[in-house]
Amino acid sequence: MGIAEKMKCLGVSRRDFLKYCTAVSGTLALSPAFAPKIAEAIESDTRPPVIWLEFQDCAGDTESLLRASAPTAAQLILDHLSVDYHETIMSAAGHQAESAKENTFEKYKGKYICVVEGSIPTGADGAYCTVGGRSAVDILKEIGGNAAFVIAVGTCATFGGLPAAYPNPTGAKSVQELLPGKTVINLPGCPMNVDNLNGTIVHYLLFGAPPAMDKFLRPKFAYGKRIHDNCERRAHFDAGQYVEAWGDYGHKQGWCLYKMGCKGPETFHNCPTIRWNDGTSWPVQAGHGCAGCSEPGFWDTMTPLYKRLPNVPGFGVEATATKIGAAVVGISAVVFGAHGIISAIRNRGLVKKVESSEFEDDDK
Amino acid sequence: MANKIVVDPITRIEGHLRIEAKVENGKIVDAWSSSTMFRGIEKILQGRDPRDAWFYTQRFCGVCTTVHSIASIRAVENALGIKVPYNAEMLRNIIMGIQNVQDHVIHFYHLHALDWVDIVSALKADPRKTAALQQSVSDWKYSSADYFKSVQDKIGAFANTGRLGPFSNGYWGHPAMKLPPEVNLMGVAHYLEALNLQKEIIKIHAILGSKNPHPQTFLVGGMAIPVDPNSQNALNAAKIAEINKYIQMADEFVKKVYVPDVLAVAPYYLDWTKYGAGHLNYLAYGEFPETQSGYPDGLWIPGGIVKDGDLKNVIDVDHNKITEYVTHSWYDYTGGDATAKHPYDGEQNANYTGPKPPYDYLNTDEKYSWVKAPRYDDAPMEVGPLARMVVGYARGHKEITGAIEYTLSELNAGAEILFSTLGRTAARALESLITVDRMPKWMDMLVNNIKTGDYETHNPEKWDPESWPTNARGYGFHEAPRGALGHWVVIENKNIKNYQAVVPTTWNASPRDANEQRGQYEQSLIGTPLADPERPLEILRTIHSFDPCLACAVHIYDGKGDLKSKVKVL
Repeated sequence: MGIAEKMKCLGVSRRDFLKYCTAVSGTLALSPAFAPKIAEAIESDTRPPVIWLEFQDCAGDTESLLRASAPTAAQLILDHLSVDYHETIMSAAGHQAESAKENTFEKYKGKYICVVEGSIPTGADGAYCTVGGRSAVDILKEIGGNAAFVIAVGTCATFGGLPAAYPNPTGAKSVQELLPGKTVINLPGCPMNVDNLNGTIVHYLLFGAPPAMDKFLRPKFAYGKRIHDNCERRAHFDAGQYVEAWGDYGHKQGWCLYKMGCKGPETFHNCPTIRWNDGTSWPVQAGHGCAGCSEPGFWDTMTPLYKRLPNVPGFGVEATATKIGAAVVGISAVVFGAHGIISAIRNRGLVKKVESSEFEDDDK
Repeated sequence: MANKIVVDPITRIEGHLRIEAKVENGKIVDAWSSSTMFRGIEKILQGRDPRDAWFYTQRFCGVCTTVHSIASIRAVENALGIKVPYNAEMLRNIIMGIQNVQDHVIHFYHLHALDWVDIVSALKADPRKTAALQQSVSDWKYSSADYFKSVQDKIGAFANTGRLGPFSNGYWGHPAMKLPPEVNLMGVAHYLEALNLQKEIIKIHAILGSKNPHPQTFLVGGMAIPVDPNSQNALNAAKIAEINKYIQMADEFVKKVYVPDVLAVAPYYLDWTKYGAGHLNYLAYGEFPETQSGYPDGLWIPGGIVKDGDLKNVIDVDHNKITEYVTHSWYDYTGGDATAKHPYDGEQNANYTGPKPPYDYLNTDEKYSWVKAPRYDDAPMEVGPLARMVVGYARGHKEITGAIEYTLSELNAGAEILFSTLGRTAARALESLITVDRMPKWMDMLVNNIKTGDYETHNPEKWDPESWPTNARGYGFHEAPRGALGHWVVIENKNIKNYQAVVPTTWNASPRDANEQRGQYEQSLIGTPLADPERPLEILRTIHSFDPCLACAVHIYDGKGDLKSKVKVL
């Protein structure tokens, strides 16, 4: 007797049974093909090992990870990857935690994926951030330096972020500054959008290599377009319909937030298309301008938050906005140094292609 | 030094925490709490637009990701004398409420549960008995034997790979693990369920504030989400319905899973009502304005101080009595290390004097942490859900008293069990319970106000910096998931001159002060038994019961030493 028949004997209708099955797979975040998949996993457990390091972070990128839906955090952590070290979620602590990291380091040297969250302070001999008595710089060089590749998640790990904002009290640096020559994939954003981490990991699992990246080492599938160009309020910008004050008619009607300080015209990120929290919303949709959080140095170059960008004309904005893009490149080069960019681009073991001219308008 | 044990990193927390403890005859006789990470955000804030401050301070923490925004905008609003529209107050209540509930769920299931629940033992469970147990504690929908069997199979398959990922080297089979396999299996199932639930209920932040973590909607003077029932680009009935759906989801989980789990697990761990009390001093500022006059009037959760566990006397909070020491923190004070400074007079000149990394031990006789030592009237305080429940209980607050008395009767125990590791963990569940119960009321208050035709969400009066005085200063308080939070801001010529935050984990994780009084983590570890000092699970239990958030706790502001003359003491 199959389970469906058994259930029927117990007075459970087929409809209830199917509903139950759906609920179970939904609850466990499993696809319908769950059982054979797990069986297969036992036979050939090919989950890439991951060491997730946290330094000068706020755990915002980890929390973003927990909001994942396709695949879910549970699937990602348990089914697709083997997350052997992650301070915020792992059960072991102290030297048990550190030995879990060491085991993976020894066994999978050169093969594991290293994820880094938070910037790395270089001041005070590394004492501004230590884990297990070791400095963040030391840990990054050892664990990041021996990984297959490194994914820097969030703007702190990718560009130094908030700790590196003026006057950078702790000498905070980004992953790529401290690991010249290493393959680094940058997923900036404050926090990173977990859909982009998922996209990167799934890309790696499907195609066996990291995705193509722009000159800031950001995957093009996620950072290839300006917010402004995909913005749902773009028509209002072109029509000259702007929010002039919080809560005014235009604000209630979803007009353009440019005059309220929106940084969408200078920001490359896929927020308008993938949105956040299962596609629920994104800043402009909810009535607040873009802060430019995926751009290098944005804490200094994109603030004050509510100050409008200079020199973005109304209709026919393209040429000017592209110039602004070039200006951002200049600022960024100062922020983390031409050397970092060049060496990072030079060493693309796994990366197929790095575009040399970014901020081009692909869709023009 | 050799008899000291070190736990670093303390995992399943936010941030970087290290505990050193001295053990004699299987018990902790002394302990030191050290934060090992520092960023300097308050220094970065100097010279910036005060209307931007919330956006920077929000990044103190990505877990309690709204709390420093709220405290910051309140501080600036207080400095500039801005009254916030009623709609905005209610929107803030809803955002804060679901933040607390979602954060507590994540804490219990993903940061704390594995201190009590043995995943490996769950493999030995009889799923039918787990089903019977689940059905006996609530009418939660996932309660069949087949369901628990599927969870067990999943974990079994995972374990059979031999690669346990985040569960590697856990404290499985530890002598302090007391739950029967069936209860463990229920715990594992709920761990997975909660992982999916938390991302759903927090969508309230996305609907109202664009995204989570780090919702982008706060404004000095109100909120950036417009209200207009007849617009598709503003808060309308459809969005209200969606928010209600998530409140309902949170309500069901808290009442049918979270609270019953705490009550089901507690009887196996009643020993833990005897450990972890620490100093019996509790501080709360109060939260959730419910009247038209707005914050800080008409707070639903009351503020106050209970000292020495004396529930008969509640002291009103006087902010002048808050001071901070740096005697054992890596900062210098101009008046010397023996002095304590009010946040308005504070200075934080970072000066690392600890051992050069890599190191084995800190010199705990000297300075040993990036966290300062806040004191109230020179006494260390505990803040957080337990402090709020204790203060509310002592004040006879209706919902808090009801929740506590229900729990005590379920466990057949007196109020003294609150002052413990288990009491702290239970308080968080009870707070979630009364909060999910309250949230529909805030939704009603918001809807009823919109019904009157009031769509205001922002007060524009002082938005333009040209309308500000040359000098202004203010404070903002908030009850964050982890406890009483305060921000202080000094504005000069339209820019931030100084910024200071005294946050929940600064209170709880503080090192010793000039009088060598231990901080609350340190004190609460004294007397805790360790079954196996090589696997110090018991330390994690008590430390996790506080829900540490270290990134919040460490900050700097570069004191100019002349604040006193410029700042009106509260």
